[in-house]
Amino acid sequence: MISRIKQLLTRKPAEQTLHSSEIETAPLQNILVDTDKLTPTHKPELLLESQRLELPQFIIGCGHSVGKQRDHNEDALFTLTTNLIADDTQIPFGLYIIADGMGGHQHGEIASSVAVRTLASVVVQKIYLSFMGLSESQNEESIQEILQEGVIQAHHEINTKAEGGGTTLTAALIMGDMMTIAHVGDSRAYILYSDGIRETLTHDHTLVKRLEELGQITADEAAVHPQRNVLYRALGQGEPFHPDIATFPLPHSCHLLICSDGLWGVVPEKHLLRLVNAAANPQQACQSLTDAANNAGGPDNITVILVRLPD
Amino acid sequence: MALETQRITPADEPVADKRQAEHLQPGVTLVNRYLIQGIVGIGGMGAVYSARDLHFPNVFKRVAVKEMVNMARDPTIHDTIVHNFEREANILATLDHPSIPRIYDYFSHEQRSYLILEFIDGKDLEAILNESEGFLPEAQVVSWALELCDVLNYLHNIRPQPVIFRDMKPSNIMLNTHGHIMLVDFGIAKTFQTGQKGTMIGTEGYSPPEQYKGEATPLADIYSLGATLHHLLTQRDPRLEPPFSFGERMIRTINPAVSVEMESVVYTALQYNPTERFQSAKKMQEALLNSAKKTGLFNEVPTASATVKTDLAGSAKALWKFECEDEIRGSPLYHDGILYIGSYDNNLYALQAATGEFAWKYATDGGVVSRPATYEGNIYFGSEDKRLHCVSARSGKVVWTYQTNGPIRSSPVVSDGHIFIGSDDAFLHVINALSGRRAWRVDAGAQVRSTPCIHIDNVFFGNEVGDLFCVNLGGNTRWRFKAKRAITSSPIYSDGVVFAGSVDTMLYALDAKTGYILWRFRMGRATISTPCIFENYVFTGSVDNNIYCIELHSAKEVWSFATDNQVTGSPIIYKDSLICGSVDGSIYCLEYRTGRLRWRFPTRGAITGTAVIANETLYFGSTDHFVYAIVI
Repeated sequence: MISRIKQLLTRKPAEQTLHSSEIETAPLQNILVDTDKLTPTHKPELLLESQRLELPQFIIGCGHSVGKQRDHNEDALFTLTTNLIADDTQIPFGLYIIADGMGGHQHGEIASSVAVRTLASVVVQKIYLSFMGLSESQNEESIQEILQEGVIQAHHEINTKAEGGGTTLTAALIMGDMMTIAHVGDSRAYILYSDGIRETLTHDHTLVKRLEELGQITADEAAVHPQRNVLYRALGQGEPFHPDIATFPLPHSCHLLICSDGLWGVVPEKHLLRLVNAAANPQQACQSLTDAANNAGGPDNITVILVRLPD
Repeated sequence: MALETQRITPADEPVADKRQAEHLQPGVTLVNRYLIQGIVGIGGMGAVYSARDLHFPNVFKRVAVKEMVNMARDPTIHDTIVHNFEREANILATLDHPSIPRIYDYFSHEQRSYLILEFIDGKDLEAILNESEGFLPEAQVVSWALELCDVLNYLHNIRPQPVIFRDMKPSNIMLNTHGHIMLVDFGIAKTFQTGQKGTMIGTEGYSPPEQYKGEATPLADIYSLGATLHHLLTQRDPRLEPPFSFGERMIRTINPAVSVEMESVVYTALQYNPTERFQSAKKMQEALLNSAKKTGLFNEVPTASATVKTDLAGSAKALWKFECEDEIRGSPLYHDGILYIGSYDNNLYALQAATGEFAWKYATDGGVVSRPATYEGNIYFGSEDKRLHCVSARSGKVVWTYQTNGPIRSSPVVSDGHIFIGSDDAFLHVINALSGRRAWRVDAGAQVRSTPCIHIDNVFFGNEVGDLFCVNLGGNTRWRFKAKRAITSSPIYSDGVVFAGSVDTMLYALDAKTGYILWRFRMGRATISTPCIFENYVFTGSVDNNIYCIELHSAKEVWSFATDNQVTGSPIIYKDSLICGSVDGSIYCLEYRTGRLRWRFPTRGAITGTAVIANETLYFGSTDHFVYAIVI
């Protein structure tokens, strides 16, 4: 995880030369900015008029498909994107969550739904409302603590509402210039750049991945290992546990992709990247991603959230 | 009795059936003999009760009743489970070892089976771990380990078939009122786990790698014992970590008081490959005894941590030392071959860095506790005499002084031709570096001892009532964060995040844009040390005596190193070393990735400031009045 974040950190965001207050209007639809043209030789005035008119905002798409071989969908997702522009500052806020339930007899469905709802409501109540509010009182708890609390609360809710059920949970919380990822299980979050570089933000909590890391089995063996679905960490299963939580600067000019293994386990990563870059917008990209997984047999439920992060 | 913690998920049973297990109420009598008193624990399979044996009417004979609910609906499976239960109960009933509770009786009734066991009055090791503040002493853990090896040796040598305990972990080890260990919760409950769904949890933290293949051998118990000892010695719960990752949490990195010998025994038990572990509990017991002999563990009172460190410490030699007339509590500045450092004798000294030769001194009317700054040939520093002094770096002659209304403990920071400095008069002052005239100041409402941190057009600084301010270069507040107690530590900015320690024991990571808390890390006591950031780590010191290394993005503790007194100065990184002083009088050099001690250099006073390194030489002051230069 450390080396991955290190790589992320080396990508410096584009120079921010403008205060949002200088911008009077902004088109609502996404304008694709050609980053190659944003060289230092261009004057800021030029950027203001021709290229930087848009407010930096998130454009999102999502996809949810039962696949071709299952009769019900045990995945769940949640998205929330807002912007606060006031007092000379502009603070975008985004919350994106995916859960991949398991456990049969509808327990998987309940588990993933409970997980997504619980975490979303904890974040909205404890972070979003206090953040957008006017009150002087500040949270004593940190964002990481609140996310952890949300995940643990979801874990307990599953134990009562869907006993025996379990779920993965991968969430990205973006506030201002920082992004925090909370993660349990084997759903994944990626950062995809248009130049073909991709970073995996999450670490699969699977036994097979662990054996592969330990050099006990090869990547090829892992791909066909009979226990490749065995998680060593999942919500609703086993106690105690800590979710992986990490905060780092929000990358720019790229896509954030969160998906269940029904997508990443079926469509090779380089194809994910190609499909995202080929699509006109995130909504279209999500359609082609779910299509690709279904065309490859659709063995599992497919869930995807794609967020275009501003330049 | 310990709880049965396994959760069972029958693959083919509807929900309603799992809910049938209602607990026995106090007052209920089982088979006309066992009067239920109350629940001791609840597990996935049923409950454990304390009960009175009515066959002894004149005395109060207490027993433990372990109840297991048979959830199989298929009559054949149901009967197989009962059959297996009775077979195992028969084996356990024959066991005779002081660390194994006696089984008095067993019976099945409808969907439930019961074991009547010796009642153990005591506490399990998980509870003991949770309650203990620091690390458990090695001698204590070794004595438990010897008893555990003894009981495993007994079980593994039962004929015709060895008994595998299968579930060695702190919560299954009880410490009775005599201080001896008892193994509870034998694998008998496992026979009740029918049709467990396999897509979920594969491993628990204490289980060996081969268990995912379904193998249970005596060597699996050896591994789990190793995992248990690792947890006992490090206080790190393996269930919170990836499986088989003990090698990534080296025992002595986490708890340096543990002997090399003990560490090596635990890691032999934890070998990934079963053939590389101790081949029997007996062998492991011998190794434990040998290591205890070598370290003399049982010959002395176990307070070894300080001596261990001294033994390990290599030596560093002083290049020169220079004596002032009073204590040095501040930090030196190196600039252009000269070392500048303040002393409680009211002077700022300029010394030749290479030789320690005196160049000049400049007298103020109060002690100098901060670190000087330099700009355009001048040296800037504050004094207890309430003034910011600007003197010529070459001659030590005064250029100007700037008066505040309180002693100055904050260090000056130069940015854009201005000096930023806090004062006990509750203002942050911004002064033109050349003219010595105030550009602006901001009222912080309480003493400002923290050194300001400037990033682009933001100024971050703390005050003594716990506010951390972000002001713009016009002095207007952008945001204010409130800690519970003083922020004396100086904030540090890195990649959109401001880090600052507080006397409220927390190291805070705040979103530089909003002041929102991203994470916080709790230490044992207050921190006034300025954090140091390198790679993906934050390093800081605490009044709880430790130097901490914390992962920058996840706030996880990577290691901590205990000195013998408070750490109030700040760590610095040089090549692959971390260097930090302690009030115990020593300056420490640690490997920064692991926290392992490279060497320590003792002085006769406390080291409260931060060292500086230039030309492979380390400079720092001590309250023994000396400035030291050490070649590293």
